[in-house]
Order: sequence, then C-alpha cells, then structure tokens
Amino acid sequence: MMKYYITDNTAASVLLEEIPEVSYADFYADLSEKLADPRYHLAHYFALPQGDRMVFYCLLLDDNSSQVMITSYALNYYDDTELPSLTALHPQVHPFERDITERYGVRFGNMPWPKPLRFPFDRYDRNSSMDNFPFYKMEGKSLHEVNVGPIHAGIIEPGAFRFICSGEQVLHLEIALGYQHRGVEQAFVSTNNRLRQICLAEAIAGDSAIAHATAFAEAIEKLSGQDRPVQLDCERGVALELERMAMQIADTGALSMDVGYQLGQVACEALRTMTINTTQAWCGNRFGKGLIRPHGTNHPLTTQKSEMIRRNVAEIARRYDEVRQDIKSSPSLLARFEECGIVARDQMAAIGGVGQAARASGVCRDIRTSHPWGVYAQDISHKPITKTQGDVMARLMVRSREILQSAGYIDRLLSIYDQKYASELSPCDKPDYTAPLSASSLAFGLVEGWRGEICHVLVTDAEGKIAASRIKDPSLHNWMALALAVRGEGISDFPICNKSFNLSYCGNDL
Amino acid sequence: MIFPKIRVLRSHGQQAIPDLDAVELTEEFRGRPELTEPTTDVERKELDQAVAICPTGAISLQPFSLDLGRCLFCGECAHCAPRNIRFTNDYRMGAATREALVIHPEDKLVKFDRSAIRPEIGKYFKEALQLREVSAGGDGSIEMELGATGNVNFDFGRFGVGFTASPRHADGVVISGPISANMAEALEICYDAVAEPKIVVVCGSEACSGGLFADSRAIDRSFLDRHQVDLWLPGAPTHPMVFIDGIRNLLGKKTRE
Repeated sequence: MMKYYITDNTAASVLLEEIPEVSYADFYADLSEKLADPRYHLAHYFALPQGDRMVFYCLLLDDNSSQVMITSYALNYYDDTELPSLTALHPQVHPFERDITERYGVRFGNMPWPKPLRFPFDRYDRNSSMDNFPFYKMEGKSLHEVNVGPIHAGIIEPGAFRFICSGEQVLHLEIALGYQHRGVEQAFVSTNNRLRQICLAEAIAGDSAIAHATAFAEAIEKLSGQDRPVQLDCERGVALELERMAMQIADTGALSMDVGYQLGQVACEALRTMTINTTQAWCGNRFGKGLIRPHGTNHPLTTQKSEMIRRNVAEIARRYDEVRQDIKSSPSLLARFEECGIVARDQMAAIGGVGQAARASGVCRDIRTSHPWGVYAQDISHKPITKTQGDVMARLMVRSREILQSAGYIDRLLSIYDQKYASELSPCDKPDYTAPLSASSLAFGLVEGWRGEICHVLVTDAEGKIAASRIKDPSLHNWMALALAVRGEGISDFPICNKSFNLSYCGNDL
Repeated sequence: MIFPKIRVLRSHGQQAIPDLDAVELTEEFRGRPELTEPTTDVERKELDQAVAICPTGAISLQPFSLDLGRCLFCGECAHCAPRNIRFTNDYRMGAATREALVIHPEDKLVKFDRSAIRPEIGKYFKEALQLREVSAGGDGSIEMELGATGNVNFDFGRFGVGFTASPRHADGVVISGPISANMAEALEICYDAVAEPKIVVVCGSEACSGGLFADSRAIDRSFLDRHQVDLWLPGAPTHPMVFIDGIRNLLGKKTRE
C-alpha cells in the first residue's frame, strides 16, 4: 500500500515534511493501477528544484470519497534522469510529464507524445523554439496539410493548429501552443506583494478571473490558517456562478454565430452584456476583476445590490430559456450541432477531460460535487448536469442547462445572504494582504470554474514566502479533447467544434 | 418553428445604444482617477501605503502622479488614500501620446493631443477604419471586450469601424497583452502585411506598459521601439466605451474638453 497524505478541499495547508516521499518505482506502480480506475484523476503533478534535488509532487483526486491524496518522489543530482513514462499507460498524464521534461530536462522513457507544452522562457532546451515545433507528419499522395494561426481570423488569442486532411476530411489535428507564455508562475514568486499576486491570478485567464482568483485566495487562506467570514463564501459562490452564466451565454452566442443563426447570436450577445454589466454594477469591472480578495472583500453585497443581481439574473434566465427552446425546435440548427465533433466517453476519461466538456461526454467530473468547498459544502448540494452523446449539441445543452442551474443557485445564495448577513452592520471584512503564511508548507485551491477544474498549488519556504506557484487551468486537459473531436469531421466543422469547447490559450501557456 | 423565434425577438427588443457619445457608465465603474495633492502628514502616510501596495508601481510621489498606462484599476490605492485618490466612472481615457496617460493632481480629463496625430489618419480613415487585432499575451478579457465593441449593444460598425480577419484588408493593428516573446515575430509579420498608411493602437494597461509582466523575461516589447503608436488605451480590460471613445477622438469625430 503506497503512502499518501490524505486531505480534502476544506482542510488547512500541509507541512512539506508530512508529505510522504516514495520511490519512483512505487509511485509508478501505484499510479498505473489507480489511474486505470475512473474514480481517480490527477489534479496536479509537477517538479520543484529544492537545493540540488528535484522533488516531484502529485495531487491525486478521489471523486468517490472527496479525498485529495498528496505524495512525492525525488531525484538526486546524480540520479539517472530517465524514468518510465506514465503517459504510455494513461494519456491523462501527458501535460504534466511534458511540462517536467520541458522545464527541467527530466526524460520519460517510452513517452508516446514527447512534445513541447508551452515553450517557457526558462525551458531546459534552448534549441527548442516556436519555429521548430515537431509536428506529427503523415505521408500520402491524397493528403494535404492546413496550417492555421498563430493569429486567427477572429479577435481571439493565438495558437497554431495544423490539420492533416484527406480532401475535406480531417484525419488529424495537432495544436501547438505557447505563444501566450508570459511567465505567470515565475511572477508569483518574484514579488511579496500579495495584492500583486491576486491581480496576477485574475490575469491568468481573463474569462475565468473570478475562478482563478478564488482558487488562489483559497490557497492563501489555507496557508494563513485564519478562518474567513462565512458570508464571504456566499459572495464568492454568487460571483463564480455569475461568471459561469456569462461565459456559457457567450459561447451559446458564438456557436449560434458560426452556424449563421443570427437571432440566437444577437440575443446571447445582449444577455451576456446584461450578465457582465450586473457583475460590473456589483464590483466595478465587467469580468469581476477586483472582486475576489483574500480574507475579505472591497465590494460587500448590500441589500440593493443583492436585489439588483436577483432581478437581473431572473430576467436573463427567462430570456435565455427562450433562446434554448428555439435552438431545440430548429431542425437546421440540430442538423449542424448533432453528431458533430464526438468525443466518446472512454476517450474523454483516458485523456483526463474535465468540466462541462467532460460532462457532455458522460464523464461526471465536477469539483462542486466531488470535492466541495465553501457554499458547495454547505448551502448547495450540487447535481452536475451530464449528457452521454459527447457531440457539439451535448456540450451546448450542458452549457444551457448550467446557465439555468446557476441562475437558481444565485437566487438561493442571495436569499440566504439577505436573511443571514444583510442585517449586520459590517457584512464583510476588508481584504488582508499581510497575513503571515505557514512556513515550508503546501496548499492548494481547487475550484470548479466555468470551463472546469482549476488547481493552484502554492509552496512556501522556511520564511513563509511563496517559493513556488503551480497553476493548472482546465484547458491543459481539454485541448486534447478538441484535437480528438475533429477527427473524421469535415474541416468546415472545425469552428463549431472549437467554439463548443472554447478553451483558454493563456491558461495553458501561463 | 416560428413561434419560439417570435418569443426571442419580442424579449430581445431594441438593444443598440442610441447615442454612443452620450453613454454614462454605472457609478461603480472604475475609470479615470482624480488626484488631490496631500496636505497633511496623515494623508502623506496614507499615500505612502498606496504607493507600496500598488501592484504595478503606477503611483509616483515626486511629483504626485498616477500612470494609467500601468494602472490595473483594482482601486486598492483609493481604499488606502481615499482623500487623495478617487476613481470616477469617466471612461474617456484614450490618449494620442503615452505621456498624456500620466495623471496629475487636479487633472479633470485625460488630454488628447490632436497635434500628435499624423495628418494622414484623418485623411484616409475618417469614414472607415478596419483593424486587425493581434493578441500577444492578452488574457482573453481584452479580446472579448474588443469583440463586444461590434456587438448588438455597442454596434461600433455603424461608424464604419470594425475588425477584419486579414491584415491585407486592415488599416492598422490593435495590440493586446504585454507582447510575449513567443508572439513577437508573428506580430511583426502581421504588421508588415498591413498596407501603408497604417496605424497602431495598443489596448489595455498590459499592452501600454507590460503591466504585471513588465519585468518578465518572457516578454519582448521591442516592436514598440520600432513603430510609432497612434492611440494608447488603458484598462484591465479596456472597456468597449474606452475603445470607442478613443477611436472617435483619433478620427477627429469627437473632441475632449
């Protein structure tokens, strides 16, 4: 039986010395077995240089028991740096092993997909560059390649896509990322200004500013060991669900646009404006930047604001439902969305897909249920919405039902808020940017953003300063799902397949 | 089939903002800050705290000023020094020069120096301006806000301003993000592909100064040393109205007094 430090998503931080250190052979044997069971998946797995040793930490999630299992192994300076690859057995490990190899030169033998992940500025191999990405090749007289990017047609972030096609049909898609790399993880370490750090968290992926900031704030609060006011959990829950609504509506509109359904597009544009303007009227920023702060808030809910949010959300949900009904009753839309871009359940589970994309393929992963925190452990017992078809329509329908579900949660949370907290004089504390952090410890923030599972891991040094930050955006897992979804489809269906996932480039590139 | 569409249409109603120049944003919106010179020791102490906490070092004390090109509009300094820094909801923050983004005490507007605008801009682009957006490390929020300028609410297309897919069809580039080193070459190639005369707009505090990533080794801002910027737009992210107001000023369709 391999040793793990067992914790959950509400417990305090962990002292580094309490995390068991095992041999790589044991680690490999145990994870090979565990990852074959769909109840387990990797939340994070990263390397950290400590003196002349390299320590590897792994956070494994058990969806059935809400446990977070932490373990580690280490390599000494003179150890052989070729380890047997877990990716060969379980493809879901690929982004983590690629990151470790790219950054520190640790090689994994038999690695089936030994590709650069994001071309970070501190990469081990200086000869590796964006210009010589080792694209997969297929030879054949009837095959041709289509290159798209890094700059795309629309106003979106950059990334290079290479299709191998037979006529109109896509045989293979490879996605090369890294254009957005800004050195986010390093920036967390090179400052002691905690406001700067949470602003960085908000900038990891601008469309998930609230979710990333919440994950970072959770990790900081675990490290400081201070209890936070309960009403803060309530406000964060409302903010997170507002963000989810806004983005799922935006993506409904984007999908509508790509199939020429202009009515749905403009209706969703207007509804998204209404949703983010609601966030703006609460905190002054349409994306909720500035709203989530450690230990407190600068924008406590007032009775007027709570009423405004409830009124707007109810109206948005009513109007969105009309769009949803229209999509479902339009055969021309169904003909485009249904049976297009299918990712089968076993594929999705194998690549470790998360979030609404995984749920649309029947892989029920949702941190709000499996590893609840804050309001999801108290006031809301979340029931994830799942579909089994795994096509564009399934992803759209999961989105559209989540919008209505989130609207219901916001209403419930605000009615609880009004009853319990609104009467108090000082509803929430001001943020605290100076709380001392537990030294030589590890803490994580695990949050279900609108795209899926977000994981921030912070490690502190002996003085309680943040020594390392490791961030995982759900896109890291799901880019592979997009590549699989377009296989066998006509290349002209790529835009709707892409929009049905809407993954983050900067979340991957960091 | 038709009834659900009629229901959507009826609820949708009229969405376009009738007069874009008359828009006022919500009171909560953090736009152009106003500064007041400190007069007491308490105020000076509060300002010292604001300087210390500012995540991007946007505030200077000798003399007292705030650089909108660096500001993330988090509003934290206004909590530290409420008597000396106040954020208004004024979105008219775009400027023709980088220096104009630095706000001093008693400034009641961000100056738009018309003499800095190249004469060909008004001559060629006054009635129609098509732009190619290049995200170079932008976090996605600015890109969404730029997309929103053309949506059903703002409908900037009514003035002939829009975004185009090919740089060959564009009259200039809009840059978002701190300009990551991995995107530097692609940005240069895209700019080269735009026919003369062409403009450069930098959108967002990260694009104006590097923002949170100004010191990052993953950034390469040499593009801005080689090419002249015609419009500087602050914000994190830049609100669609900041963009619309900035472009209208650049094209001489609007003046700021």
